[in-house]
Amino acid sequence: VTELNIAQALNRALDTALDSDERVLLLGEDIGRTGGVFRITDGLHEKYGPDRVYDTPVAESGIVGAAFGLAIAGMRPVAELQFMGFSYPAYDQIINHVARIRNRSNHRFTAPLVIRIPFGGGIGAAEHHSESAEAIYAHIPGLKVVVASTPHDAKGLLLAAIEDPDPVVFLEPIRLYRAVKEDVPDIYYTTTIGEVRVEREGEDITLISWGAMMKETRAAATMIEQEGGSVEVLDLQTLSPLDADGIVESVSKTGRAIVIHEAPRTGGLGGEVAAIIQERCLFSLLGPVHRITGPDTIFPLKRSEGHYLPSVEQIVKTAMRALEE
Amino acid sequence: MYSLISPDGSVSDRLPLTLQQMKGLYADMLEARTYDRKSNAMQKQGRLATYASFEGQEAAQIGAAAALEPSDWVAGTYRDAALMWRAGYPWKHLVAGRTGDERGGQPPQGVNVLPPSITVGGHMIHAVGLAWAEKLKGSSRVALTSFGDGATSEGDFHEAMNFAAVFSTPTIFFCQNNGFAISYPRHEQTKSESISMKADAYGMPGEQVDGVTYRMGPHTTSDDPARYREESDGDMWRERDPLLRVRKLFQNAGEWSEEWEAEMEARATERIEQAVSEAEALPVPRREEMFDRMYAEITDPLRRQLDGEM
Repeated sequence: VTELNIAQALNRALDTALDSDERVLLLGEDIGRTGGVFRITDGLHEKYGPDRVYDTPVAESGIVGAAFGLAIAGMRPVAELQFMGFSYPAYDQIINHVARIRNRSNHRFTAPLVIRIPFGGGIGAAEHHSESAEAIYAHIPGLKVVVASTPHDAKGLLLAAIEDPDPVVFLEPIRLYRAVKEDVPDIYYTTTIGEVRVEREGEDITLISWGAMMKETRAAATMIEQEGGSVEVLDLQTLSPLDADGIVESVSKTGRAIVIHEAPRTGGLGGEVAAIIQERCLFSLLGPVHRITGPDTIFPLKRSEGHYLPSVEQIVKTAMRALEE
Repeated sequence: MYSLISPDGSVSDRLPLTLQQMKGLYADMLEARTYDRKSNAMQKQGRLATYASFEGQEAAQIGAAAALEPSDWVAGTYRDAALMWRAGYPWKHLVAGRTGDERGGQPPQGVNVLPPSITVGGHMIHAVGLAWAEKLKGSSRVALTSFGDGATSEGDFHEAMNFAAVFSTPTIFFCQNNGFAISYPRHEQTKSESISMKADAYGMPGEQVDGVTYRMGPHTTSDDPARYREESDGDMWRERDPLLRVRKLFQNAGEWSEEWEAEMEARATERIEQAVSEAEALPVPRREEMFDRMYAEITDPLRRQLDGEM
């Protein structure tokens, strides 16, 4: 094992994939010589050469469309889009082609590719660099959408995504890239796509989150426990297909749930999670399912970020109120 | 513009094919036209969804496909049935697709022709990725993408041409300039003198060829060309029908007879009727098929929705 942060774990996953499967190749803007804007592909261009790790012209639709063709013809491309706000030019390729070819050809042609997209705010970035639009990907049939919040699962999920026979949108929480470290196995391993991860077991309330907001959720869980509440924390990890059984199992036990996400409230995945809970755990519920989310505003620039992102205090306050229900 | 056969059937250059080979391609054009006319008729009878005719473009499509090897890749559009068929995609599957059946998108193994792209322009870059993969595998396969004059205005055209040149992928960009993008004429689509000259800007060779491409019919069965073009335009081009032109060449060479043409037409009709019967005989897809073809393995949410548990 080696102690790694998420950025390093992702780098090791790509290294492992390139090393173990010659069909794997990486393409994206500035991912070669400079190792990518977040240095996730650092050193891989040098190690595997320009025929495995490609710097591409600045064209997101082209990157995804070319990766799609490469995948149909037998390669395992991993495309990087620099920020979620820059993924929108590729959205046509992703929805109209990548997500549909298996259906359109009745399994004859498939697109086993991975689209890596750093997402989320809290780093004081320029406009378009702080988007949390995971719901617009999770809404599209034919895609899988995953996001890890720990170094261990970042590596395992990325390797699982590359192995997966279907296209995977792999979201990376920018704010957590270098925020957490843990021991990560050096060997090849995968984390199952489609299962929630129970990060902490508890009896009184379930906190459900994913991506960067797991940081605030963890801190809040510790504070709530100090106040005497027993908290279960779920990291969804797979946003599509959602592990409804995993959510239902936890909330049936605790009877209370709060969904926490950074994305705007309306149409966010919190609504979907709340709907699953009320459909399948209504008689276990001791109170309403709460949502703590970003507001329906454009993600603000640096000086107003604090007004936007859900806080540890908000989660604790909501949980303490819920525990009275 | 490179033009080999004049409207009167005279030849301006050495023929790259034997007359016997050309007669084979002519029979293929006849078969494609038979399919096209049958499809239009079936659409009027309510047996097909919207249909996009390629009448007038048979020479371009059959000729392009004839230049490919059997396992080369093809990424075309809803108006490329003749091209797709000549590249190996069975008529039965083409008919099935137009009857509204996803199984029509599933050509046999070994046929590397993608089901037609319905959105305009997004598929050109796929031929770049396909060719790129073949280059990496060290195979000699190429990828051909077919599109119309209208698609060259899409941003995706630029990205595809640029990627193909930058990564030197063995990709052929085959534009069938048929004069109209639904109702919008070619001379308003771009101020470039020719479409082939756009290749220069990407650092790749471009060639303008007289494919006698003119969309003789409407854009699809759901529009009315009388609203945007003079009918005499159509009449003028009808005189330059690619089939008539090649037939004149055969006649000039004393290589054509009514009996032979009738025999080829009968063979074409028989094959198309057979394909139509087979496609229409496919049973209505079962409900679970819609769920089963979303992923390699059905997901839990889809399983619940299939079982009606939502």
